Amino acid sequence: MLITQAIIDGVLVGGFYALMAAGLTLVFGVMDIVNFAQGALVVLGAYLSYALSVHLHIDPFLSLFITMPATALLGVTIYWVLIKPIKRDRVVMSLLVMFAVATLIEGILDLIFKSNLVQIHASYINDSFKLGRLNFPAIYVYSFLLSVVLLAGLYALIYRTRFGRSLRASMQNPVAARLVGINTDRVSATTLGIGIGLAAAGGMIFGTTSAFNAASSYDLISRLLVIVILGGFGSVGGALVAAILMLVIQDVVAVTWSPVWGQTTFYIVLVIVLLIRPQGLFGRQGVRAQ
Amino acid sequence: MKLDKLIPGANRRVLRRRRAATWCAAASAVVVAITACGGGSSSKAGGKTGVGDPSKPITIGVSVSLSGDFSGDGLATEQGYQTWAAYQNAHGGILGHQIVMKFVSDGSSPTQVVTNYQKLITIDKVDFVLGPYSTLLTRPASVIANRYGYVMLEGIGGGPSVFQSGLKNVFDVSASATYQLITFAKWLAANATPQPVAYATMDDPFIKPTTDGARDYLNQHGFTSAVYKVYPLETTDFTPIASAIAATGAKIVVLGTMPPDGYAFIQDFIQNKYNPQMLVEASGPDQGAQFVKAVGAKNTEAIMVPNTWYPGSTFFQNTDMIAQYIKMFKGTAANISADVAEAFSSGQVLAQALTHNNSLSNSQLQSYLHSDVTFNSVQGPVKFAADGENAGATPYIFQWQKGKPVVVLPTGGSDIVPIETNRPAWGTTSGS
Repeated sequence: MLITQAIIDGVLVGGFYALMAAGLTLVFGVMDIVNFAQGALVVLGAYLSYALSVHLHIDPFLSLFITMPATALLGVTIYWVLIKPIKRDRVVMSLLVMFAVATLIEGILDLIFKSNLVQIHASYINDSFKLGRLNFPAIYVYSFLLSVVLLAGLYALIYRTRFGRSLRASMQNPVAARLVGINTDRVSATTLGIGIGLAAAGGMIFGTTSAFNAASSYDLISRLLVIVILGGFGSVGGALVAAILMLVIQDVVAVTWSPVWGQTTFYIVLVIVLLIRPQGLFGRQGVRAQ
Repeated sequence: MKLDKLIPGANRRVLRRRRAATWCAAASAVVVAITACGGGSSSKAGGKTGVGDPSKPITIGVSVSLSGDFSGDGLATEQGYQTWAAYQNAHGGILGHQIVMKFVSDGSSPTQVVTNYQKLITIDKVDFVLGPYSTLLTRPASVIANRYGYVMLEGIGGGPSVFQSGLKNVFDVSASATYQLITFAKWLAANATPQPVAYATMDDPFIKPTTDGARDYLNQHGFTSAVYKVYPLETTDFTPIASAIAATGAKIVVLGTMPPDGYAFIQDFIQNKYNPQMLVEASGPDQGAQFVKAVGAKNTEAIMVPNTWYPGSTFFQNTDMIAQYIKMFKGTAANISADVAEAFSSGQVLAQALTHNNSLSNSQLQSYLHSDVTFNSVQGPVKFAADGENAGATPYIFQWQKGKPVVVLPTGGSDIVPIETNRPAWGTTSGS
């Protein structure tokens, strides 16, 4: 029963980790940029939902109608102001730029909210559903559903729209995409906006399930990178599978053996997978083949 | 097979890396040489000797964690030192010298804390140093202080590893880790029938010994471990550990937590509809308003936390410290973190020792602190054992009752409130 519960917990929590990682993997897929600011942007999203909840009493889930467009706009601005002007060594320099963005966001959040831990509250946060002896925390169930909806929406955007075709073309071959008339800059800016918008959604969930402060981004970014590496850079589906796999492995090992070994076991699995498939479970080749 | 046949350009990359490594080594050598030159005199002197010119201030360097894992406590630590310095300055400073605090942020990193103390001592040439937040940072920081002949008075780094290093310059003014929960363990062993207790603890050099100290004592007195889970510092998802604890149905739960973990466990227990009769957390419930905001006021009832200080304490200068803190940082006495008192205590002991010595010498300070003298602090008497632990410390156990933390252990004091031994259901405040 405990193992079944651990699997359920792993799947539910894995869902929203996938949401946070989806933006990271998408941005890499299109722009070849490892967005080191993703963790800080998740925390920014959490703070925005927190502020709307505390000051305007807006439900955390409803707050996404404000925070996601706002952060998406921030993403577009970051692209046009900070990344587009880079003329040389764009991949490496973008890395540094995003690191600077992360540091700046952390500093500003620290200045405004101080380093005290805060958490987003709503009436249903501590509710749970029981199914026999199994426990389904309401917030994790809602978060998982939100993640599924947003990731499905993202999938539809990528594979069922004109913009998605442009995006995939830019992922496969940016030069050829430009030659056929695709405005790759606009695609990149929009992609960064979408990626950061998803980070805000993940941040809202993170803020309802954990106490956080500006420094919380450090633990997040390392986990998100591991998810993206296992899933394969550029693969949204890979991020979902990897996140759930990571959480399920960790949770099952944590309850049957030790939480310390939970993480170690996951990393052993990661190394084995990378030895067999260096591009990750659904690495870039797979994505492009779709 | 040659490397460049396996990976094109590999040899060039290796050569480039070697060249870079050579440059790094050379640069490091220069830095070490400069540091050694700069630190040479300091290592002998360990700051000023004698009383010096009273018109010149005494500078005290501290590395504080204003970002990273310990940022919440780091800020409180900084405020504690600032409160002490302001109070001491308003009362004549030390030996006529005004005190100037120099803070540098370490991002909760053991590597950065080493750099910071090295810089404070060798470049900024501070007269004294005080301890950072946590055992994790105090241990490497004290090694650096020792190297340059500086005393490291600290109040928030009492893990065994600090005292086991054999350094003679480290002095902890608070109760050390192993004894933080001993008051609770002794009371439980004396008042409850032996039964299974559920434990989970962060793998931290201060927090884990806190939990282990209670567990060892209880195991020696017939109690058993229903579950004992150690989790890494980076853990962000506590649901499986909370589920494992809930599955045991243990009536007593002891958690070695830092603030965010402690809050997450409570949320997970509520979601699991698991109501232990007694819940003790090593850290988290001591954070006042922050704790209440995180878990909700109605979920705080009967949760316990060890601490070496509380606002109502009548110990040395406690009311002065509270007044000074509120003057500087607003808020109320109930919202003052124990970190503030722990940092303040370090300053108090420093001031008393220097005043007695009538000297600003670190070596004389170290000798005096080792001389079996009892000092006064807002946390009570301070008397250092040979390894630097505070042999005179009496940790309290606090329990949240009707929305505020009250002292429940050790029993017997005039202001000690009876302990609630049967936690009410989550969301209610009717304990018994």
